[in-house]
Amino acid sequence: MTVDELAEGVLRGDRRLLARAMTLVENRTPRGRHLLRLLYPHSGRAHTVGVTGSAGSGKSTLTGALTHELRRRGKTVGIIAVDPTSPFTSGAILGDRIRMQDLTGDHDVFMRSVATRGSLGGLSEAVADLMCVLDAAGKDVVIVETVGAGQDEVEVARTAQTTVLVLTPGTGDDIQAMKAGIMEIADILVVNKADLPGADTLLGHLRALLMLNRAEGWQVPVQRAIASREEGVVELADAIEQRRRFLETSGALETARRERARHQLLAAMRSALIRRAVGESEGVSRLEEAVERVASREIDPHTAAEELIEQVRER
Amino acid sequence: MTTTEQRQIRVLIAKPGLDGHDRGAKVVARALRDSGMEVIYTGIRQTPEMIAEAALQEDVDVVGLSILSGAHMELFPRVVEALKARGVSDVVLFAGGIIPEEDVAALRALGFRGIFRPGASTQEIVEFVRASVEPRE
Ligand SMILES: Nc1nc2c(ncn2[C@@H]2O[C@H](COP(=O)(O)OP(=O)(O)O)[C@@H](O)[C@H]2O)c(=O)[nH]1
Ligand SMILES: [Mg+2]
Repeated sequence: MTVDELAEGVLRGDRRLLARAMTLVENRTPRGRHLLRLLYPHSGRAHTVGVTGSAGSGKSTLTGALTHELRRRGKTVGIIAVDPTSPFTSGAILGDRIRMQDLTGDHDVFMRSVATRGSLGGLSEAVADLMCVLDAAGKDVVIVETVGAGQDEVEVARTAQTTVLVLTPGTGDDIQAMKAGIMEIADILVVNKADLPGADTLLGHLRALLMLNRAEGWQVPVQRAIASREEGVVELADAIEQRRRFLETSGALETARRERARHQLLAAMRSALIRRAVGESEGVSRLEEAVERVASREIDPHTAAEELIEQVRER
Repeated sequence: MTTTEQRQIRVLIAKPGLDGHDRGAKVVARALRDSGMEVIYTGIRQTPEMIAEAALQEDVDVVGLSILSGAHMELFPRVVEALKARGVSDVVLFAGGIIPEEDVAALRALGFRGIFRPGASTQEIVEFVRASVEPRE
């Protein structure tokens, strides 16, 4: 199968070829990059939504329920669910489909599980590329679910136009989120598991915190949901639509587009450099050697980096 | 992904049919994960259509079906059919669970390359999966 045939398949909505295309892009093969080159001009239509929050907060359940609501509104949906790769084995168990079982029969929903794969290049870059593929495939809304724990996840959220932060009562989630700086990137706050005690307190707490308006003029809504009963998803879908309208009418969409383009470009440059410097197998030993020297304080990281990059130029 | 463009083995572990025990399936999923594979776990009570569609969307290399209910001779052919109907013809199939000796030949004929009956070790399954996945791009 040629890359051109794959790209055509994606654009025509062939699910099998879409799945294959996502594998190539995820594996960052030269063919994957070629494919992306063909698909990129066809992307940019979808509304991209990040759903983040701690493990077990109900992100997958909420994503499933939200997708039902979006489908009722006639929208096609792409979902990327990211789960951590084990740092010890490079394996992963990806279980988000468990909560989205009944979406499987709907051919206008395409769901893909993705492991973080502790890569040299950024996770956010890989996810942005996968979002681009689903976007080019014509999905109206592309949802990315990530566990909002670290910097990587914050980065992923940043690649989406709208970020939904899911918090749950009684977990100290709000405090954690504030510490991690995730609160600042949330465009919509959802208190999920509102059937559990403490939901009202958390809602009140969050609303008080958000009295401080954000500069761009978007008023962050604080909503309640019981994802396991599909409660609160109509309101969430409304908020997502409002957010989209706000982005369009305020000009923020354009600004954000340019910002994202800059961000992605810099990230791509970074990983292209890394790939060239330490990408091939001899590069790995070169990297390891430099790691040793930096660890033993023989050389500082900046000089070591300069040296590795210098070698690229010489080759 | 470690450094360059190394291929990650992706496996779908699914439980067709109505029996609600997935302890065995989870043990296998964990063993595969621990050997460095990405395992998509879909939970219990999967229809053949759901399994095939998940295999398609996740673009897995391998599909492992776990069954205890005795309905394998009814359900497994339907999974194979549903995969074929979607053009998913290049996945490696294996099955585990309570499968009587007399059904093994029929399942092999259906395309199941690995059949793991009670007493099989997870190590055997890991080795089977690793050996049966051909290097692909
Ligand atoms: N009580 C309650 N449980 C929920 C709710 N939403 C999800 N759950 C449960 O929370 C657990 C984790 O859900 P999941 O969607 O997998 O969370 P994720 O790890 O954030 O994706 C599951 O057992 C869900 O059934 C809710 O609104 N209320
Ligand atoms: Mg989840």
